Amino acid sequence: MKDNSTHGYLDMDLLRFTTAGSVDDGKSTLIGRLLYDSKAIFDDQMEAMEKASSKRGTGEVDLSLLTDGLRAEREQGITIDVAYRYFATPKRKFIIADTPGHIQYTRNMVTGASTANLAIILVDARKGILEQTCRHSFIASLLGIPHVVFCINKMDLVDYDEAVFTRIQKELEDFSSKLEVRDIRYIPISALKGDNVVDRSDRMSWYQGPTLMYLLENIHIAGDLNHIDRRFPVQYVVRPMTEEHHDFRGFAGRVQGGIFRKGDAVQVLPSGFQSTIKTISLGEREVEEAFAPQSVVMTLVDEIDISRGDMIVSPNNAPESSQDVDVMLCWFNERPLQPGGKYALKHTSRDCRVMVKEVKYKMDISTLHKAEGDQTIRMNDIGRVHLRTTVPLHFDKYQRNRYTGSIILIDEGTNETVAAGMIV
Amino acid sequence: MHVDTGHNFEETMTFRDNLVKEHGAKLIVGSVQESIDQGKVQEETGFYASRNKLQTVTLLDTIEKHKIDCAIGGGRRDEEKARAKERVFSHRDEFGQWDPKNQRPELWNLYNGKKRPGEHFRAFPISNWTEMDVWQYILLENIPIPSIYFSHVREVFDRDGVIYANSSFMRLKPEEKPRQMRVRFRTIGDMSCTGAVDSPASTLEEIIEEVASSRVTERGTRMDDKRSEAAMEDRKKEGYF
Repeated sequence: MKDNSTHGYLDMDLLRFTTAGSVDDGKSTLIGRLLYDSKAIFDDQMEAMEKASSKRGTGEVDLSLLTDGLRAEREQGITIDVAYRYFATPKRKFIIADTPGHIQYTRNMVTGASTANLAIILVDARKGILEQTCRHSFIASLLGIPHVVFCINKMDLVDYDEAVFTRIQKELEDFSSKLEVRDIRYIPISALKGDNVVDRSDRMSWYQGPTLMYLLENIHIAGDLNHIDRRFPVQYVVRPMTEEHHDFRGFAGRVQGGIFRKGDAVQVLPSGFQSTIKTISLGEREVEEAFAPQSVVMTLVDEIDISRGDMIVSPNNAPESSQDVDVMLCWFNERPLQPGGKYALKHTSRDCRVMVKEVKYKMDISTLHKAEGDQTIRMNDIGRVHLRTTVPLHFDKYQRNRYTGSIILIDEGTNETVAAGMIV
Repeated sequence: MHVDTGHNFEETMTFRDNLVKEHGAKLIVGSVQESIDQGKVQEETGFYASRNKLQTVTLLDTIEKHKIDCAIGGGRRDEEKARAKERVFSHRDEFGQWDPKNQRPELWNLYNGKKRPGEHFRAFPISNWTEMDVWQYILLENIPIPSIYFSHVREVFDRDGVIYANSSFMRLKPEEKPRQMRVRFRTIGDMSCTGAVDSPASTLEEIIEEVASSRVTERGTRMDDKRSEAAMEDRKKEGYF
């Protein structure tokens, strides 16, 4: 039985993971099984799915109907947009970002990956590594997902043969040496038959490792956030100006790195002024310290000029500050990136404008090589681009801090979000 | 802002008024009755008549009238399959329309809040919370809620497997016989589309226990979601909250 006491519940951690794959690699079946076996599919949902499945004349209940929530998706049997699913076991809470593998695949995978702790990449045991396996792995690596689990699926169709699993694992290991993922795991499964998903398979006694669910419940994620470099982008200056709080000036924001303690010396960017933390409040409660990803209000001992977009950091560990940044840019829009073009940029709580100075190269994300020939960055493309900003950005490299190392670009004419970038 | 269908539970209205009084807040009310009186929408007829769909017109008119940039709501992705596709910071064009196939991608926690005059946003800060998260938070922070979330006895009748509260807004079929029953509401819309659940849960702890063991989703009692397979998506595209 689940521990429903508030204490037990609120102490559970949250694991966010992505699943990437195409139509028939068993992704929906796997998600369906995780949800079904953790009792996260409800009777009325099951009934609605049965009704919809029978309308379509498919014999079995189609579990993809659970995540394909839009009419167009259900009609065409494809996933258009990232779908989020929620479930909990007695050990952890989970959010699945189910990212479709075709239309707008880069946009969807990148979006799902941006906040994930872990990526599940399905590999069909009969087919081995495909182009899309490479694509998914590269995006997981580029977006800094700390843990990647390759599930070698459909083991039932290769007679649960250890040699098949070992061969694919070896191929994946060779390929993954080019990636920057800290923790890579391999599990032989059959999502359809349930082998090694929640319950250990008795048909693959040669496999000694954990089941997928055991891994999801126990993998160590506390170290995924940066608790070293102190970074506090200011979102809002709290000035109640009431009788009671006449002189109160607090700085609200979310800690994006490091641990801030009362009494710590801090430096404010871009002004460079230094001060000391006087108080930290979490909600209405005063606390001794705050760390990522808490949202808090800080007050400082000295009255110095701070506004939205500024960053409070530690004096001896400042981020880089520059108007010239190199990013790996993922392009989402039908209109290609305009070299020399100007866009609006968002970085932490800072807004400014940028000019595209240079496209350094375009990636072939299926081979991980630099693409030859045409260097136009079109929808679903990824390339290394040099940007010049109107004001200095205070940033870390993305691989060091996901939140101070990421940007989005916005088309100033249409207001669409056209690209996401990881600072390199 | 409250879009009042005129068919709300009395307890909801009392809660609303007390909340406004306590915080000294300014309340904007958009009235569906007024929209009907002005001829902007037409009342549905028959046993299943509901003002649920009509309130979209009132909502959009009220947003336009008060030049609201952003309407913040408590919608969550785990509630419903179309809501599962919703953004945290969701753009609406000048017609208040939601375009689910062409939404702005949301990465990390960088939200694009740029809009043209006349357009607005719907923001859903607790998008990623689950029903259980909400109840645990209410318990932890001791947050007041309308009394009908707790078990109470009221006059109800059964229709299509749903337990409805009897009221002057509902037209009963001859075979529908009102009876007294101990119920609570797990989700609260207006009276014409919200079903009750048979429940003895009269404390937050008991509600949490009940939610944990329930085999039906939170909105399983909402008839407004069941008008068609894509009822929520269709309404949201038109501007429904």
